[in-house]
This record gives sequence, C-alpha cells and structure tokens, in this order.
Amino acid sequence: MKHNRWLPYYLIAPSLLFMGAFFLYPFLQIFAEAFTNSDGGVGLGNFSRIISDFNFWPSLTNTLLLTGVVVPVQLVMAIGMALMVTKMNKGRDSILYIWTIPLGISDLAAGIIWLAILEQFGFLNSFMSAVNLIDAPTSWLNYQNAFALFLAVVVAEIWRGTAIVLVILVSGMGLIPKEYDEAGQVFGASYWQRLWKITLPMLRPSIQSALILRTLLALEVFAVVMMLGGSDMPVLMSETFDWQFLYQQTGAAAAYAVLIMLISVAITGCYLKFLNVPKEAR
Amino acid sequence: MKSSSSEAVMSSSLPSEASARPLEQIAHKPRRHDMAWKWLFRAGVAILVLWVLVPIALLMLNSISTPEQISGWPKTLTPALSFETLDFFWHYQGVISALGNSLLAAGFTMVIAIVLGAPAGYALARFVFPGMNAYRMIIILSRAFPMPLLALPLAVIFIRVGIDDSILGLAMVHATLALPFAVLITSSLFMGIPVELEEAAWLMGCNRWQAFRRVVLPLAAPGITASAVFAFVISWNEVFASAILTVQNRTLTAFLVQSLSESPAEIKYAGGLILVVPALLFLFAIRKYLFSMWGISNR
Repeated sequence: MKHNRWLPYYLIAPSLLFMGAFFLYPFLQIFAEAFTNSDGGVGLGNFSRIISDFNFWPSLTNTLLLTGVVVPVQLVMAIGMALMVTKMNKGRDSILYIWTIPLGISDLAAGIIWLAILEQFGFLNSFMSAVNLIDAPTSWLNYQNAFALFLAVVVAEIWRGTAIVLVILVSGMGLIPKEYDEAGQVFGASYWQRLWKITLPMLRPSIQSALILRTLLALEVFAVVMMLGGSDMPVLMSETFDWQFLYQQTGAAAAYAVLIMLISVAITGCYLKFLNVPKEAR
Repeated sequence: MKSSSSEAVMSSSLPSEASARPLEQIAHKPRRHDMAWKWLFRAGVAILVLWVLVPIALLMLNSISTPEQISGWPKTLTPALSFETLDFFWHYQGVISALGNSLLAAGFTMVIAIVLGAPAGYALARFVFPGMNAYRMIIILSRAFPMPLLALPLAVIFIRVGIDDSILGLAMVHATLALPFAVLITSSLFMGIPVELEEAAWLMGCNRWQAFRRVVLPLAAPGITASAVFAFVISWNEVFASAILTVQNRTLTAFLVQSLSESPAEIKYAGGLILVVPALLFLFAIRKYLFSMWGISNR
C-alpha cells in the first residue's frame, strides 16, 4: 500500500504533539521558573530561598532516608514473593491478584488506611491496650515521636509500593527460559546456588527497571506522609506543595521540583551504571 | 516428586533398607525437610496475604462504624454496622461535587489516553520506521518521570489560557501520566494479533481502516478496555496534580488533602473507602493485563 510509509508517523503524531505540549513545554517552563529571581533576572534566588528555609534539610533527609529504607526492603520482599509465585500451582492467580491489590490503591487511600490503624485511637493502640502493652492511648504520629512517625510512613509505603516491584519481577521471571534452571538441576546445583547463579543474574534487567521505577516513586512520596504526619514530617513533595499552594511562591516550588528531578536523574544514572545490563540480555 | 511421598515415609521408617539403596537415600533425605518447608511456605504466603488484606478490612470496619466508635476508645473488631458514617460523608459539604469531578476527570483522562495512545500502539506493533526506537524510548522513560510536578508550571499556563481550576485541564495532566501506559499496553496487544488476519482481510477487499475495524478491533477490544480502565484508575488515584490544579472544582483526592485539618475523622475514613473500592473492582477486571503494562516485555 502506497501511503504506508507515512502512516506510522500519522499514528504517533497526536500522542507526540500531546506529550510535547503537556510534558516537554511545562518541563522547560519549570526550569525557567526555578532559575528566575523575584526581580525577573536569571539566578539562583529561588534555590537560596528554599535552602535557607528551616524545613529544607529535614525534608531532604526525610525523603532520602525513606527511600533508602523502603526500596531495599521492597526489593527483597518482592523477590521473595516472586519466587513463591513461581513455586505455586493452584491458587497462583488468586494469590497474585491479592498481592497486587495495593497497586490499585492511591497513596492517599493507603495513608488513610494506615491512619486508621496507627492513630491515637486506632486499631494498633486498641490491640496493644487489650494485651496490656500500654495503659492509655498514645499518640505516635507526631514530631515528638519522630522515629515512630518515620516507621509508620515506612510501613505504609512498604505496604503500598511492593506490588509494583512484584509485578515487574514476576513478568521478568516469566521471560527466563526454563532450560537454564533445568540445566542447573542436572548439574546438581542446589536451590540457593541456582537462585544466586542463574535466576537472579537473569532477572537483572527486571530488577533494574523495578529499582528505577520504585526509587523515583519513593522520591515523590506525598499523600501517605500528608495523611500520617501532616506538617510534622516534611518531605520534598509536601514542601513543593506548601510553597505552591499555601505560600503561593511558584518560583520556590519550581526550585523544589527541579531538585526532585535532579535527584531522580542522578539516582537513575547510578542504577544504570552499577546494575549494568549487557545489551544482549535486554 | 510428589507421588513418591508415601515411599519417603516408608524409607525413613526402615533405615536399613534405605542404606541399601544409597542413591535413593540421597533423593529421599530432604523429604522430612520438604514437609517443614511446605508448611513454612504456606505460612509465608498466608502471612503476606493477610498483610495486604487486613489493613483494607480495618478501613472498611471503620467506615461501617458509627462516628462515636471511630473517635472512641478502645476500638473493637465488632462495629455497629451502621451507615451513619457513610451517610455523614455523603452529605458533607462538597463531597458530591468532588466525587463527580473525580469521575469526570478520570473519564476525560481515559478518552484522551486511548484516543491518542492506541494509534501509536498500533504503529509500534505493525510498522518498522526510522525514529521508532526514539519514540519508544521517550514513552518508556516518561513512565518513570515525576509527572505530577509538571502541574506547577501548568497551573500558571492554564490561568493564561483560561482553563485554570478546570477538570479538563487536570485531565490533560493526568493523560500525560496515563498515555505512556496506553501506548505500551496497546502495542503489546496489537503485537499479539497475527498480522496475517489483517492481510487476509486486505485480500478480501478491505482497505486498511476496514480491516482494522472489522478484524483487529474486535480482537483487541478487551485489552483496549483494560488499558482504558487503567488510565481511569491513574486519574482517580492521583493526588498531587489534583491538589495543585483544582481549587473550587476539587476532585475527591484534592478535597481530602486540602481539607485535611478541618474535616472530621469519619470523612477521611469514608472518603478512603470510596477511593479504594472502585480501584479494587477495576483492578480485578483488568488483572490479566497488569503484567503487560508493567512488565519489561514491552521493551
């Protein structure tokens, strides 16, 4: 057919134009705003303003710490769950569905769910008082119990975000040809040997994508923290929201956005470098 | 392996016979461990299932309790089974319109993502063209980009264009989130439909469009529906951009975040339930397609 040569371009053009208008343009605009001083000149005024704010360092360390704790735990859990799934016969689909349920739950709803459990008059305190661990309802979710609050966010994030790692790993495991594992068995390799020498190395591309995706999502943590900690636990996204929405300082908010993007890019670069996937394995 | 388990019991009760068959002994030695492992395995699966389900059940428990029970102490696992909380939520100022806005935004997002994404998915599945890999890379990378941040400059741009605080404007942002998924899932979908079917239709006198509509589309319809539903869920669940871009016409998530401090506790729990339930149902409907959406098989 004659028009074939141009047809694919006609087909992708609408989506490209749309992404150009609503992705590329605002992307450039965010940089322009972040590097524009309040007097209209180009400079780092917005950045020095957010850095001198007393919430800057807490929000940065909270976000990085949260990512550093949550992502490794999720990776280990998801690998374990994915290995369990491959061992299942009947019930595999139902269990996999249940394990992926949090994927469909918004971070806001996840925050509310864990608020119901962890708040002062919540289910955890009720349970602990029923077994005589505490006498009176204790409030965990405030800055006086900073560690408990941090732990609460960690638990909620692990609960919500492990499903996506699991889905990526399970579909990655489906791509590993069975012959490799069988060959390992024939040569007498134990389960652990096969796991470390065959399954995990073969899974590296999936682990890489899962880590990148999950880390970037962890850096964007917002609603879970808002629900559980409010302003008692600042993170980068909540600061961005406050500067934009409460203080109406779009330049400072844009500076935060640029910071989040730069951290995202840097971490993605590290993953790509250190978990280097050979081209033929892709 | 399984069928020999009765044999394993025998050989362990008769050690002398087992030693006479060294090879079999090697094969049988871990049997007792096997049973322990099996139970450990089942326990692990059960714990992880409970880990996912119990928190959701507790939220549901809260939303069918009375408001007094929600703020009462201590909590019981036997709620009053009242619809008072949900009823209160339903009549709370701004809830109905927030719910409507959420549905509307999700509906727009769904339409934009599919109308723009499905043709691109078809192009990726059926053609080899210069620039194809670059396009694919853009789509895959944008999946990991912190999209909601783009709401910041768009808030200013939308004021200039005159669609600030509008559901349509918000849907545009949500569509940039959903579009990459729509492209990737539809392309893997079309790849699964043999091109020969289309060619047969061409031979029978259909043009490309007719062949697509009569042969490919009916086969792809369930998958396209699934990616539409996924786009819906993305918009339904999104918090940050919604909270930035809508002020008067708030979506449900924006409503819950913006009224965090002033709204009573039962509003949060009932709102949480209303957020969770449709997402769960939709996810159940499209569970078969989840893996082609997130899997690396799309690369």
